[in-house]
Amino acid sequence: MKVLIPSALRSYTQRGEAEASGETLAAVLADLERSYPGIRFRMIDEQGRVRRHIRFFVDGEQVRDLSRPLRADGELIIVQALSGG
Amino acid sequence: MTSGNQAAGQISLLVATRKGAWLYHGDAARRTWRADGPHFLGHSISHLMLDPRDGRTLLAAARTGHLGPTLFRSTDFGRTWKEAERPPAFAAAADGTQGRSVDHTFWLTPGPAGEPDVWYAGTSPQGLFRSEDGGVSWAPFSCINEDPRYRKWMGSVQDGTPDGPKLHSIIVDPRDPGHLYFAMSGGGVHESRDGGRTFAPIMKGLDVVEGFDRGDATFHDPHCIRLCPSNPDRLYQQNHCGIYRLDRPSEEWLNIGRNMPATVGAIGFPMVVHPRDADTAWVFPMDGTMVWPRTSPDGKPAVYATHDAGSTWQCHDKGLPASQAWWTVKRQAMTADQGDPVGLYFGTTSGELWISRDEGGQWECIAKHLPEIYAVEAAEPA
Repeated sequence: MKVLIPSALRSYTQRGEAEASGETLAAVLADLERSYPGIRFRMIDEQGRVRRHIRFFVDGEQVRDLSRPLRADGELIIVQALSGG
Repeated sequence: MTSGNQAAGQISLLVATRKGAWLYHGDAARRTWRADGPHFLGHSISHLMLDPRDGRTLLAAARTGHLGPTLFRSTDFGRTWKEAERPPAFAAAADGTQGRSVDHTFWLTPGPAGEPDVWYAGTSPQGLFRSEDGGVSWAPFSCINEDPRYRKWMGSVQDGTPDGPKLHSIIVDPRDPGHLYFAMSGGGVHESRDGGRTFAPIMKGLDVVEGFDRGDATFHDPHCIRLCPSNPDRLYQQNHCGIYRLDRPSEEWLNIGRNMPATVGAIGFPMVVHPRDADTAWVFPMDGTMVWPRTSPDGKPAVYATHDAGSTWQCHDKGLPASQAWWTVKRQAMTADQGDPVGLYFGTTSGELWISRDEGGQWECIAKHLPEIYAVEAAEPA
């Protein structure tokens, strides 16, 4: 599926869009990690929790459950939520 | 002791800030400084540390507002950087229990000369980690991260500094790699004599905030501990409640802050020791009264030095602003080099970097307008 990468994570992907596959959000993130080592830990902590200022949108809907099934032709947008200053 | 008027090797200052890191490369006389940075602009860098064993490897403890924590590593003194493969992270919790996650790595300590690839790290919330491959991969070290007694002493995320509770001041005895100290804000000072297999608190003689039990490590808040390189049996401590000295094998800290002028007080964050004279140390007092402003007392910044192990203290403020300077200097943001006379350095939360080339006698500002300074280290690259 197509994954839109926020600017904060483009040091890993070098571009704003990536391809990753998996039947769930967790599996897609694991696939991203295989392609871009280190990227998952910046979004998901060691207890499997989504970090405070990271949001996932699947086909326009916010998803918090990593076990959520995904469509192969869907779109995942990773968003860096507001945390400036 | 201080008559050589001879600089050590060329010094580079490693400046970690809330918005990135800078290196300031000095000339041999420590007169001019070339800014090299920003590195990691926008990242909060808690600590930037040189490996003194090879003189070129740097580790930077980083996080950003959005992303989880990581470490960056350079093997060419900051020309190029690579992310650690496995940054410090707590063990996954057992099913049904609430595990902790590292918010940021706060403190980095290179291991001893005889263990060339060993590093230690302290995190927020309090955790102790070790790398055995030069900082590429990290694992929890010792039992303390999960030990019920230590977890009680660590308290919750609300029982620490405004930036979160910290594990800091990781010290390896230069004579014995199995003899370790670390400190926690809050949670006290702890020692291991068996290579980290077990630790025990050293609390005797230390004050705590009025009304609390000084026999409970939970209520101890060491701000910075330093071991004297010239006498590893001596430690100095800047604490939430004062300044202390410990001469091993004694287990009792001596209150040497009570010898500070009463109008200045004995509260601060950094503690700096002389590289060759264990009777000499420096502090940067801040106002600890009422609501704990932690700014220079009366708006008059000064460094205080002792040359008799804390019996007397001398004010060093020549060159510093005489009034209306409400500075805060954090616990990692003041340091000494190895020169003779010793060069002293500190960075303020208002982004100024100051130097004294003569052990505090005269001060000069060498950089302004930096982001909030978290840490300053004086490094001697190979």
